[in-house]
Amino acid sequence: MADIGIESQPILPLRGISIEALASPARRARKEAAIRFIFLLAALVSIAISLLIVLSLVREASVFAFNIDWRQTWGQIGWFPRQGVYDMPTVLVSSLIVTGVAMLVAGPLGLGSAIYLSEYASRRTRGILKPVLEILAGVPSVVLGFFALFFLSPQVVERLGRNGWLVIGAVLVIAYIAIVASWMRKLIKREIDTPLSTQLVRVAALTFSVAFGLILIWWVLRVAGPSDVDNGLPFVKRGGQLAAAAVGVGILTIPLVASVSEDALASVPQELRQASAGLGARKITTTIQVVLPAAVSGIVAAFIIGVSRALGETMVVFMAGGAADAARFTDSPFEGGLTMTAAMASLATGTDNVVGEGLTFQSLYFVGFVLFVLTLGLNIIAGRFVNRVREKY
Amino acid sequence: MVRLLPSKERLSKGSRVSAEELAADVAVDAVASEQTAPTDAIIDDDMPESDLVFNVSDLSVYYGDFRAVRDVNMAIRPKEITALIGPSGCGKSTVLRSFNRMNDLIPTARVEGTLLYRGVDLYDERVDPVEVRRRIGMVFQKPNPFPKSIYDNVAYGPRVAGQKKGLDDVVESSLKKAALWDEVKDRLNESAIGMSGGQQQRLSIARAIAGDPEVLLMDEPCSALDPIATARIEELMAELKDEYTILIVTHNMQQAARVSDRTAFYSVEVDEKSDRRTGILVEYTNTEKLFSNPDDERTENYITGRFG
Ligand SMILES: Nc1ncnc2c1ncn2[C@@H]1O[C@H](COP(=O)(O)OP(=O)(O)OP(=O)(O)O)[C@@H](O)[C@H]1O
Ligand SMILES: [Mg+2]
Repeated sequence: MADIGIESQPILPLRGISIEALASPARRARKEAAIRFIFLLAALVSIAISLLIVLSLVREASVFAFNIDWRQTWGQIGWFPRQGVYDMPTVLVSSLIVTGVAMLVAGPLGLGSAIYLSEYASRRTRGILKPVLEILAGVPSVVLGFFALFFLSPQVVERLGRNGWLVIGAVLVIAYIAIVASWMRKLIKREIDTPLSTQLVRVAALTFSVAFGLILIWWVLRVAGPSDVDNGLPFVKRGGQLAAAAVGVGILTIPLVASVSEDALASVPQELRQASAGLGARKITTTIQVVLPAAVSGIVAAFIIGVSRALGETMVVFMAGGAADAARFTDSPFEGGLTMTAAMASLATGTDNVVGEGLTFQSLYFVGFVLFVLTLGLNIIAGRFVNRVREKY
Repeated sequence: MVRLLPSKERLSKGSRVSAEELAADVAVDAVASEQTAPTDAIIDDDMPESDLVFNVSDLSVYYGDFRAVRDVNMAIRPKEITALIGPSGCGKSTVLRSFNRMNDLIPTARVEGTLLYRGVDLYDERVDPVEVRRRIGMVFQKPNPFPKSIYDNVAYGPRVAGQKKGLDDVVESSLKKAALWDEVKDRLNESAIGMSGGQQQRLSIARAIAGDPEVLLMDEPCSALDPIATARIEELMAELKDEYTILIVTHNMQQAARVSDRTAFYSVEVDEKSDRRTGILVEYTNTEKLFSNPDDERTENYITGRFG
């Protein structure tokens, strides 16, 4: 019945045809259904696995949450899970320090490489450089952990030290004064006639960012300075600090930030660049005035994804962060610390037999849960931004 | 890069750039005189060479090894509209882009021959393409507004040229010239992305003239517009003709006939052996003559619809 082809039905103009003429053969339909089912199964299995992970995470985390004396999780001396001291700020602040410093490295370098690759490099150079960047993305984090511990920590972070930060701060202040001064000069000479409000916004933004930078530096200096105590170990002098680990994490994050930003820049239509060039703009002007604003949501997404990656990085901080199992609270990047990820990893090594008091094991799940929520939130926000780029063009 | 072209202030539009004026900017050793090679420009009357805006001689443009257009000779007179017509792929856009060195943006593109702009060889190595584009503006087929406000779109050209004062006036007068002011004067700070296609195209014309160019190059500016918007742009071109020299590429022969003073008909020449297609300039003459009584049979075939 269903196998009647169109040709067996005489089709006359202005005449109805039977529904069978347009129906698909039954065998074909069964095959389609089977194919559909196979793919559905694959999707369902992946979703089920993810749900199971989240479920086990939530279950153990809730055991911790319901049984813990919450005073144990705040304002304590540090993170000592084996002794039942679970100071969350210790691991949270360490994670923030690592993520922040990592983004100071990965943000400018990643975006800078993306701009170079997308706007400046010839096709040949790009063909050489992109694989190099991908190799960097493929470096196992253990390798970077070693690099951070044995090179970055003693050779870079400790050498830069207090004076290095002072120099950076001074440069920042001088640049700020120079910019404000030139702006004042122009204002007095009435050379600009953009509305005052936008200028005030600009100055406010600048002041805010520089103030933020200065606070950052003040905070580093207050607690900073590699301590003078020599712990007498022959090979690893002071066993790493958060800053070294963070720079390592930053290096690991560069390729991600670079490739997501590069996608965003590449999605800016070529015609916009041509229109800008046709109006007599130089390349750098086109990049800053047209390409970057057009790609801004993708670039923001790249940064958020980078933050999420840095937050989740484990091996480098575990190896070079300068603490194992437990850590005292610190807000200095120049001391050893334990990030959320390192705290989890360092207790669960090689066995599920986590030694400690009653809730030590569950505490790891709780930290994992917090990390999961943070990362999920960041990824959702980033997804929004990426979609904005897609909608625009 | 040296600024070879003299500053605008010292030049009245339409006048020829003299070697002395050039020398005031950089030590140019009689660059203009030695480059004024004899040309056999296909033009039916004799305007003195020094009054021409462009004088193109034996221009060929290559993309890599591929010669897209060959041996173009054209003279463009000031404050006229010149139309470039011809079948798709014959190199109209390629030729148009060479007039303000937009071809420089295509890595494989290369230009041979001479292209004099008011006596100066545009492809002299001392010439800065950015400076060229500030004087010879371009309007594209797609309007491509920047993701900025209407105001910032129009002010873009003057700003990149370093102008900071009097932008309000420039924006207003450019929008007025582009017949867009009344429609947008109350929403200058809104994004240009939300405008209609016809408005966006007039915005890109306003944007191009805001930088105070001397020449406007337009590549199929109306091909994405409806007849009403097209009519507005055509009206606009007729008005702009008082101040600017305009070159327009169009596929619409009626449009070419309506708006232009002179028309250049390009065609494709196919090499039998290599099957390579090269664009050539077939006929360049008064628009009226070209459409009523062309000299070349190929032109005749094209305008009567027998080819292309
Ligand atoms: N960027 C490029 N790289 C390589 N070849 C190109 C490039 N741009 C154009 N060409 C080639 O040069 C020739 C002329 O192209 P051009 O775009 O100038 O034609 P056109 O006359 O403007 O056509 P249309 O009317 O379709 O716009 C074509 O064969 C085209 O394939
Ligand atoms: Mg074209």
